[in-house]
Amino acid sequence: MSPEKASLTVSKIRDGTVIDHIPAGKALAVLRILSITGKEGLRTAVLMNVESRKLGRKDIIKIENRELSSKEVNAIALVAPTATINIIRNYVVHKKLRVEVPDDIVGILKCPNPTCITNKPREHVVSRFKVASRSPLVLQCVYCGTIIREDEVEKLLMA
Amino acid sequence: MGFRGRDVISILDFTRGDLEELFGLADYFSSNRRSYKLLEDYVVALAFFEPSTRTRLSFETAAKLLGAKVIGFTSEEGTSLAKGETFADTIRMLDGYADMIVVRHKNEGAALYAAEIAEHPVINAGDGKQHHPTQAMLDLFTIWKLFNKVDGLVYAVVGDLRYGRAASSFIYGLTLFEPEKVYLVSPPLLRARPEVVRVLKEKGVKYEEKRSVEEVIGEIDVMYVTRVQKERFPDPLEYERVKGSYRITLKLLEKAKDHMKILHPLPRVDEIDPEVDSTRHAAYFTQARFGVPVRMALLSLIVGVKP
Repeated sequence: MSPEKASLTVSKIRDGTVIDHIPAGKALAVLRILSITGKEGLRTAVLMNVESRKLGRKDIIKIENRELSSKEVNAIALVAPTATINIIRNYVVHKKLRVEVPDDIVGILKCPNPTCITNKPREHVVSRFKVASRSPLVLQCVYCGTIIREDEVEKLLMA
Repeated sequence: MGFRGRDVISILDFTRGDLEELFGLADYFSSNRRSYKLLEDYVVALAFFEPSTRTRLSFETAAKLLGAKVIGFTSEEGTSLAKGETFADTIRMLDGYADMIVVRHKNEGAALYAAEIAEHPVINAGDGKQHHPTQAMLDLFTIWKLFNKVDGLVYAVVGDLRYGRAASSFIYGLTLFEPEKVYLVSPPLLRARPEVVRVLKEKGVKYEEKRSVEEVIGEIDVMYVTRVQKERFPDPLEYERVKGSYRITLKLLEKAKDHMKILHPLPRVDEIDPEVDSTRHAAYFTQARFGVPVRMALLSLIVGVKP
């Protein structure tokens, strides 16, 4: 199925956000970053493993009636660095955005170190990572110093 | 940057210049041992959520010699933490009573978290396996006193580099100077953590990982020995596999340079043979004594007073 054919199966959205060029298989991780579970009642289309000229295969997410903030957009870069964001208003692309890993990643990832203060029950410390390297992506816990690499990020996403 | 009004969370928060200022004042307090009134109107809180002998008593001695009042506790028992009070609430309370809070806690990041909560300066007296900046300060001061320099020497940091916060902080501290070379000597299971090695690389310090001290004994000027941190092993079986895997003996020291000095943050278990204590190499008891003048200097500089 070509992207054109895929677009035939999902209607255009009037207002909202289209996240395109997500690496194949990462759409669900993107939804987790955006805390979209389906219970919010947002009309959402998730296309996975569709053909892409740029990526071979890719995932696409269309969310109606929700415009992503720049903070949300950048958090997507943690699992989908190639993603492009189109903000749609009245069926036309109002704004195109590229994602970039933010310098501070706050409250998105769980520190893998069990004795990190951010994992202490009842203390309510919000996890915080800083970028130690962008390519390859290396993050470091601000509290305990633990280093995490690109391939570990997805499994550390908070539910 | 200096020390005035600052939190002391990691030795990496400070510069070589800061440490040299600290050493200068510690040297003064070391040779002028008496009571001062510099911190007369101050209250220092010692919040030790984890056991300690040297760090707590040397902080207490330092604060008292400077004229400060000292409050605090030495374990979670006997405090409202035992009733379920959070760490955060305990820190808030201490912040209301004291002008400075010295914190030791088993969780990495506890001191930084405390510093975010408290308005007054927080001094990290050990957070889990991560940092022990005041230990590193007194370790480097000891070397500065013994050799008149920290630069240009060959170091071996021996033992539990994975769970030992004193070892990690000492390695971090060395990166603020220009050591000739740093050997990281440990059983494979206890190698330095990736974030520690990363700092060595970033700062361009020449280092090499080794399995045994025998390989480097003739080359080194300073041997920094640490205990296997039994209390931080998630798996007791893993501890059993590495305990007693290295030991500094008189026989080993036959191959050492005459001036080579052995440091140890203490407590030791069996990693340094007691016979070594009486050799010219043993510097660990001198090192422990320097805990008081170094912490006197630190408390004074944070408040911004000098004798």
